[in-house]
Amino acid sequence: MIIGGILVITRKNAVHSAMALITTLLAQAGIYLMLYAPFVAGVQIILYAGGIMVLFLFVIMLISIERNMKERQFNKQWLVGIAAAAALGGLFIAVYTKGKSLFPEGRLNFGEAQNTQGVAALLYDQHQGMYMFSFEIASLLLLVAIIGAVVMAKKRI
Amino acid sequence: MRWLIDYILEYLKSDLTPGGAGNLFWITVYILLVFVGLSVAVICMNWLERKILAHMQVRLGPMRVGPHGLLQPIADALKLLLKEDIMPAEADAVVFWVAPFIVVLAAFTVFVVVPFGPTHAITDMNIGILFMLGVSSLSVLGIVTAGWASNSHYPLIGALRSSAQMVSYEVAMGLAVISVILMTSLNAEGTGTLSMIGIVQAQQAQHTWFVFKFFPLGLIGFFIFAVAMVAETNRAPFDLPEAESELTAGFHTEYSGFRWSLFFLAEYSAMIAVSSIAVTLWLGGWLRPFPSFHGPEVAIPYFWPPADPSAPKGVLDLVFALFPGITFLFLGAMCFYNTARMPKHPLLKIQTIGLAGFGAVLALIGLILFVPPVRDRVGDIFWFAAKVAAFMYLYIWYRGTFPRYRFDQLMKVGWKILLPTGLVLLILTAGAGFLEDPVKEWLKHVL
Repeated sequence: MIIGGILVITRKNAVHSAMALITTLLAQAGIYLMLYAPFVAGVQIILYAGGIMVLFLFVIMLISIERNMKERQFNKQWLVGIAAAAALGGLFIAVYTKGKSLFPEGRLNFGEAQNTQGVAALLYDQHQGMYMFSFEIASLLLLVAIIGAVVMAKKRI
Repeated sequence: MRWLIDYILEYLKSDLTPGGAGNLFWITVYILLVFVGLSVAVICMNWLERKILAHMQVRLGPMRVGPHGLLQPIADALKLLLKEDIMPAEADAVVFWVAPFIVVLAAFTVFVVVPFGPTHAITDMNIGILFMLGVSSLSVLGIVTAGWASNSHYPLIGALRSSAQMVSYEVAMGLAVISVILMTSLNAEGTGTLSMIGIVQAQQAQHTWFVFKFFPLGLIGFFIFAVAMVAETNRAPFDLPEAESELTAGFHTEYSGFRWSLFFLAEYSAMIAVSSIAVTLWLGGWLRPFPSFHGPEVAIPYFWPPADPSAPKGVLDLVFALFPGITFLFLGAMCFYNTARMPKHPLLKIQTIGLAGFGAVLALIGLILFVPPVRDRVGDIFWFAAKVAAFMYLYIWYRGTFPRYRFDQLMKVGWKILLPTGLVLLILTAGAGFLEDPVKEWLKHVL
């Protein structure tokens, strides 16, 4: 996953970056599997690697970026970039060393065979289902994004 | 060495799939079997397609290479291996090289969860159907990159059309699959399952193939999936992206020789994979026809294997168990009949002997399939393979019969016809499942 991530940002060719992003997403699906969440891993492969990346590739391939590739890459914000990366790295190291004490609620413990039922229970069950509202709000957000895209891209009627 | 033999024999006592039992040796054996079986199936499909299309068009098809063209696929494979491997001038070498591998990878990895029998799968994930749909959607990526990397306009247009078509029909496929998963949950506990073996066992427990459940809802779902799967694999009548008269072979125009054969292999494997999904979800997987009718009990003690004393012993069980052997004997008999019909020319002597030999091999396989232990293990695989073979015949039949859809008609069918039908079907299936028990109670009171 780390190699994929590094390849995404260092390749000059945008299509190579997109392929590296695909391997990164597949590796992330593997990480979900290691966390005993096979349903999330399957959905990640279907939606992210099989859907969103296809659309990424459509856009990259339909817009000719030849000129941009040949220009010299320059970036004036490298100082701020290093500072932000160092802060994020420090945060990661702090969480890793402090460990479990940072999350007193603990994590949800569903066995691997129950992951699909567990997700459904969290959404729909009467006593455990506390995520229905946030689920609907998230889908409303997606709807707003789709409407915005259609409005911006349509021809005048 | 003793522990190795024990390790190998230990799996034979368990009733799980090799992946479930974690037995590396048998996992490897099953993977090799599936791989070899799939390659042989693709080779047979090549020959069958050319012969069946030819007979539908009132001509003979390949007749020269072997007896009745039986060695034609081998000749094709040799030709493809020996062809010059060209790469377009400005093409992106890495992506051009990697694209066929992505498509083949996606097409072959799907077979890890395909259930040939109650324990005859490489493994049985609890997200089986989700895994199959997800991995088969990775082949779209391979097609898009193949079209792009060829750096020429016909492949690019073909790739974009093909991927747009595949993405549109994946939605319809998904809706039809969801309605089936809903039907698996109509049992006592009220929980369904996404695992492929679980879906077939749900059909066994509910005593009906899902294509006949809640008539006509199962049939409509099956029809939606059958149309969507033909569009998903870019086959006629949805083959505008790769039709020769339209786009000069579309996204695989610039590929020659071995790379093209990889695309070909991936296309036929994807056809077999989606047919396996359709067979498992709607047509009852490995179950024989009428799986819950056993007929009157029959006392034939030593014909039935003692390994499974609780197996039902009805007349229909015996009749259907003889089917695999009879099928292969029939195929062998057809080979012998055609041997007798061969023209008596001295140059055709080797072909005649070859055909007779092939007929003898088929008849021998048929005789082996009458032996009870073999019949027991292989019966499930035979029924599954027979149903998938029926789907393959349907694929070839569609190619020979229907004219091609224009691209806008294709997208209209996918989005405006199949998608609303799938949604309505889902709601109606949920309603029917909800009302199933109350209606049964009411019928019991009325009748």
